[in-house]
Amino acid sequence: MTGSDSMMQTAQSIGPRSRLSRRIETPEGVILPIELGQRGERAVAFILDFLIVMGIIIALYLLLIVVILGGKFGGIGWLFALVMLASFFIRSFYFAFFELRWQGRTPGKRTMGLRVIDRAGGPLTPQAVLARNLMREVEVFLPITVLISGTFKGEIWETLATIGWLAVFMFMPLFNRDALRVGDMIAGTWVVSAPKALLLRDLAHGEATDAAEAPASTYYNFTTKQLDAYGIYELQTLEGVLRDQRPTAGEVRAEVAKRIRNKIGMPPADPANPDTERFLAEFYTAMRARLERRMLFGIRRRDKHDKR
Amino acid sequence: MATVHTPAGERNLPKEMPAKAAGEIHAGGSPIFTLKSTAFRAEREPAWRRLEALITRAEKGGLTSLDARELLRLPILYRAVLSSLSVARAISLDRNLLTYLESLSSRAYFLIYGGRSNALSAIGKFLAETLPAAVRAARWYIALSALCMVLGAVLGYVLTIGNLDWFYTFVGDGMAQGRNPTADTETLRAPLFSDGRGLGERLSAFASFLFTHNARIGIMAFALGFALGAPTVLLLFFNGLTLGAFIALYDSRGLGADLMGWLLIHGVTELGAIVLCGAAGLMIGRAVIFPGEYTRLQNLARAGRRAAVIVIGAVLMLFVAALLEGFGRQLILVTEQRFLVAGVTAVLWALYFVRAGRGAS
Repeated sequence: MTGSDSMMQTAQSIGPRSRLSRRIETPEGVILPIELGQRGERAVAFILDFLIVMGIIIALYLLLIVVILGGKFGGIGWLFALVMLASFFIRSFYFAFFELRWQGRTPGKRTMGLRVIDRAGGPLTPQAVLARNLMREVEVFLPITVLISGTFKGEIWETLATIGWLAVFMFMPLFNRDALRVGDMIAGTWVVSAPKALLLRDLAHGEATDAAEAPASTYYNFTTKQLDAYGIYELQTLEGVLRDQRPTAGEVRAEVAKRIRNKIGMPPADPANPDTERFLAEFYTAMRARLERRMLFGIRRRDKHDKR
Repeated sequence: MATVHTPAGERNLPKEMPAKAAGEIHAGGSPIFTLKSTAFRAEREPAWRRLEALITRAEKGGLTSLDARELLRLPILYRAVLSSLSVARAISLDRNLLTYLESLSSRAYFLIYGGRSNALSAIGKFLAETLPAAVRAARWYIALSALCMVLGAVLGYVLTIGNLDWFYTFVGDGMAQGRNPTADTETLRAPLFSDGRGLGERLSAFASFLFTHNARIGIMAFALGFALGAPTVLLLFFNGLTLGAFIALYDSRGLGADLMGWLLIHGVTELGAIVLCGAAGLMIGRAVIFPGEYTRLQNLARAGRRAAVIVIGAVLMLFVAALLEGFGRQLILVTEQRFLVAGVTAVLWALYFVRAGRGAS
């Protein structure tokens, strides 16, 4: 992960939570934030899986053709029937098989970083997996089969009705907040994305990477009044600024330091030796110490407008 | 939310924790800098890193890539990290730390509650316990579903036996395939006792059956429960009408018993499957109409999972029916023997659904 990525992630988690953010309660009673999979990502994942299934089925038919051309077997009727059966099994159980084996992931979902979980926060049961994938037969494969056979027969109204059916089911995720398809509704599941977050160094340690090397004393001494100029929101914004590693980060930090000095009534920095990094780091640490101590007494000061 | 600060799992780890970490900070730097959250992180971080390493490996290579000891430690470390998260939420304002712990907890949660990894034992348990239990629990829906079909069949029979013209109303041309009131008795009788043309023919019949009329009706009956259940009732009823009309036509030529033998040899299984699908559809329909104490979506999920179990059972029955239709019916050409097979299948299915898995919790 690059610096700008982690910066964006920090900024995102501070700002208003996105429309796809949800909360689940684990069986242990802890609330975890989760992010629903984006509809586009899910579509891509499905197309990948669909292509894999179709690839296998087409390969089977090619194999069948080779066998028939080889002409070693008397009747081709039963070979054909066998391949038809196999393709039915493959397309019906491909999704369920992988979601059972890989904890709610298929190859497509894995590629896109998605997975299926229980909507209520409980374990993902085999029934739920089977239910959501059985509906897939009704949602996609059945209408596609009808569509192909219907097109050959040339019944125009039948084709239109089937396209309508297909559209209602396929676009269902667009019409509800949680992006559920019908299979998800039936099974009580939803598809979430599971991004990894890296643990970066603790900024309250100063530059030291090891706790034992933390600086022995502080250069700046902030008064309680100065530290109370800001709240948690500003503290975590400052954290984002300090973790920023983009080329422009230096300028941003200088600007932020200038504003903080202004706000807390300190004289502007000496232009020859602005000492931005140390000033911000120490201000961050002192402010975090102050806010965390108050938090232990039950006061969570949300932001600078919070009069507590 | 219950905030458990030190669950048992956390206390099981003292050996691997750097118990002196907090002290070292005091020794090295000014106490001003030893935030509670910093000391907390220094103390707990090794456990987080161990869990992270386990999860990363399991995400790449599956749970099977962990050995028995690691598997046992996974839930302990998971609970330790959850408790760390609860503590961190109470004492730390380090956003990166909170994000990391949340992400680590979710990843571990996905892994631990992500479902059973052994597909075979899941299927075994499903067949032995889950399916028969679900069918027993749905007995009233099944009764209603069967009633819809039987009513349709009786009405179809009574109307058609009185006036054969009704046959055309109830049975489409595509389905009848020339078997209609104008056909002579021999044309009607021939297909009942055809033995197909060898193995290939039978397997083709079996395979193509999967995509034909009855399988489709079964799946539709289930899926249409979503639309408040009314289409399910109609579908079952119309299917009954068609059946009744066929029986009436054959009965009017004195072929009633032969048709029943031909039909029931696989029909006990097949119609049973359709009735089950219909019952599942009715369950879903009822969940949508009468959500009770839950929201509609919650209740749909609850009923949907139970209904899906039944439909999976029905799909299995349809496979058995296809075998019986593809082989049994072509091999057994005597009506009495066909009735015998039908009777045996009826008893077996009833025994399975009523008795199997009774003792299990």
